[in-house]
Amino acid sequence: MAKENIARKSAALELSHVSAGKKVLLYHLGWRNRLYAIAGLGLLLVLVIVLASAIGSTHISLSTVGSMLLARLPFVEIPTAWVGSLEIIIFDIRLPRVMLAGLVGAALAVAGATYQGLFRNPLADPYLIGVAQGAALGAVIGFLLPGNWHIASFGFIPLLAFAGALMAVAVVYAVARVGKTLPMTTLILAGVALGAFLASITSYLVITSGEKLHGIVTWLLGSFSLARWGEVMVVLPYVLVGTVVIWFYARPLNVMQLDEEQAQQLGINVERVKLILLAAATLITAAAVCFCGTIGFVGIIIPHAVRLIWGPDHRFLLPLSTLAGASFLILADAVARTVMAPAEIPIGVITAFLGAPFFLFLLRQKRRAIF
Amino acid sequence: MLDLRLKKVSLGYGDQLVLEGIELEAKPGEILGVIGPNGCGKSTLIRGISRIITPSSGRIFIDGQNIDVMSRSNLARMVAVVPQSPLLPESFTAFELVLMGRTPHLGRFSYEGEKDVAIVQRAMEVTQTIAFARRRLKELSGGERQRLVIARALAQEPKVMLLDEPTAHLDINYQVEILDLVSQLCRQQGLIVVATLHNLNLASQYCDQLVMLHGGRIYSRGSPGAVINKQAIKEVYGAEVYVYPHPVNSLPMTFIVPSEDGHRQRSRKLG
Repeated sequence: MAKENIARKSAALELSHVSAGKKVLLYHLGWRNRLYAIAGLGLLLVLVIVLASAIGSTHISLSTVGSMLLARLPFVEIPTAWVGSLEIIIFDIRLPRVMLAGLVGAALAVAGATYQGLFRNPLADPYLIGVAQGAALGAVIGFLLPGNWHIASFGFIPLLAFAGALMAVAVVYAVARVGKTLPMTTLILAGVALGAFLASITSYLVITSGEKLHGIVTWLLGSFSLARWGEVMVVLPYVLVGTVVIWFYARPLNVMQLDEEQAQQLGINVERVKLILLAAATLITAAAVCFCGTIGFVGIIIPHAVRLIWGPDHRFLLPLSTLAGASFLILADAVARTVMAPAEIPIGVITAFLGAPFFLFLLRQKRRAIF
Repeated sequence: MLDLRLKKVSLGYGDQLVLEGIELEAKPGEILGVIGPNGCGKSTLIRGISRIITPSSGRIFIDGQNIDVMSRSNLARMVAVVPQSPLLPESFTAFELVLMGRTPHLGRFSYEGEKDVAIVQRAMEVTQTIAFARRRLKELSGGERQRLVIARALAQEPKVMLLDEPTAHLDINYQVEILDLVSQLCRQQGLIVVATLHNLNLASQYCDQLVMLHGGRIYSRGSPGAVINKQAIKEVYGAEVYVYPHPVNSLPMTFIVPSEDGHRQRSRKLG
């Protein structure tokens, strides 16, 4: 009887052969749409850069900004039809600020997507395992140090913030490690505990800081007002290298959405992938935080929005988050410096104020479980 | 000839040994069933052969190669596992899940090509899952998901397939469907199949060889007829059962009888 059964099943299998090619086509269609999305978001980022450079107290038209930027590209000849001072405003003041906002937005979004994937936890953000608290403590100590320290034209504060961020993560890692493995739940718990400890020290230092309070609070809330090319050049290599490394681990990260045991059985060296992704995400977060403070919301909302629209495949999620994060923070910063000009609103206020309603709208619109 | 061999393998967690001195041999085209009561180390055996845990002593060979010296991806090209109630990412599509089976065949910088898509497609046809390739996993039933995990294992193009309770939590129609599929794949593709089963009747019907585990050691091995009998089940499981030949194929079938108390209570309720 068992044999008859098998024979019957085999006949059914032959039949199911027919419409197979179509299904694969459909599958590739899904991919093609998402590739268009990457190109589209890339284009959007370029437009946003031009737009944000045009906005400001001195009005400069979009076409002028566009020609100025094009003229700087190699092999492009455009007659100069603008005053030199405009060029200074664009290239020395606005563009570095736009670029830094873009870099930080890209870094926070891609780091957020990475942490959410690694921890298989939708609430994970770039600051989950103590990066932000470490950076904040480092920066506050920098503010309180006597004198005005400068190393190679940068303030001492970013360096201390960077060191604080890395130190916090190193401690969390050392505490959470069990033999050769790194259990993710232990890591989160250790991160939360150490974060609370560091934050308590920071709070104490802040309330006893006296006349330096204003500078500290401004840093903590995040701002790009001091951005120059020097800062951009310091942050760029970390974000670039970290992001590229993370992109290359997109497929293993997909497989790790199964449990760790299955990932291993599919040939993934789980412990190594975890370590590399944690290191890369932490490094770019620390680099993003050190100049402009901790900017909330980007790292959690951008990856989720991308996931809602284009699905959970990290090979698309990671580059799309990078591009969307950059555009989002550039726009948010443009709003932050223009709404109450000449005063500036802390960027963290804008990211939450603009981002949250949009995200709630998406959530309502799609009405599906996203993780 | 291709084979899977365990030589004096002891497996456990930390200092606690679960299995001791296990000697096993499995051949292509045959299903080796592993049976035994809860906690006897069936799953531990699967985890050992897929190197989730390493033996504290003894060695495991596939095709004459010690699995200890293989890289993770090399091993995953040899051995595929269908875990017991695996965690699956709900918002991935069925196709995306099966495509993950190609992971050990792809380098870090390479993407899936025509060949991989063809293999995945074939695996999904064989498991009759191609019809819902574009659906998300959360929309699928337990039986459909189980067939997808088997399809994923096939996409690995393994020589050995390990199944940990492949029919747990499935209705009887799915149990038959999944095990028919496994035995068909095993014979057609010359796979070495090792499956843990807690249902003795399914084990008897589908397995060519059985190994019964008891107290961390092999209690008995051989054909279903040789392994499943009243005394063995009394001794290993501590259960009183009757074993009769199956009316169609004479393989041993196990029947339970409720204990006296339970029986009386039930008849009183009915009466």
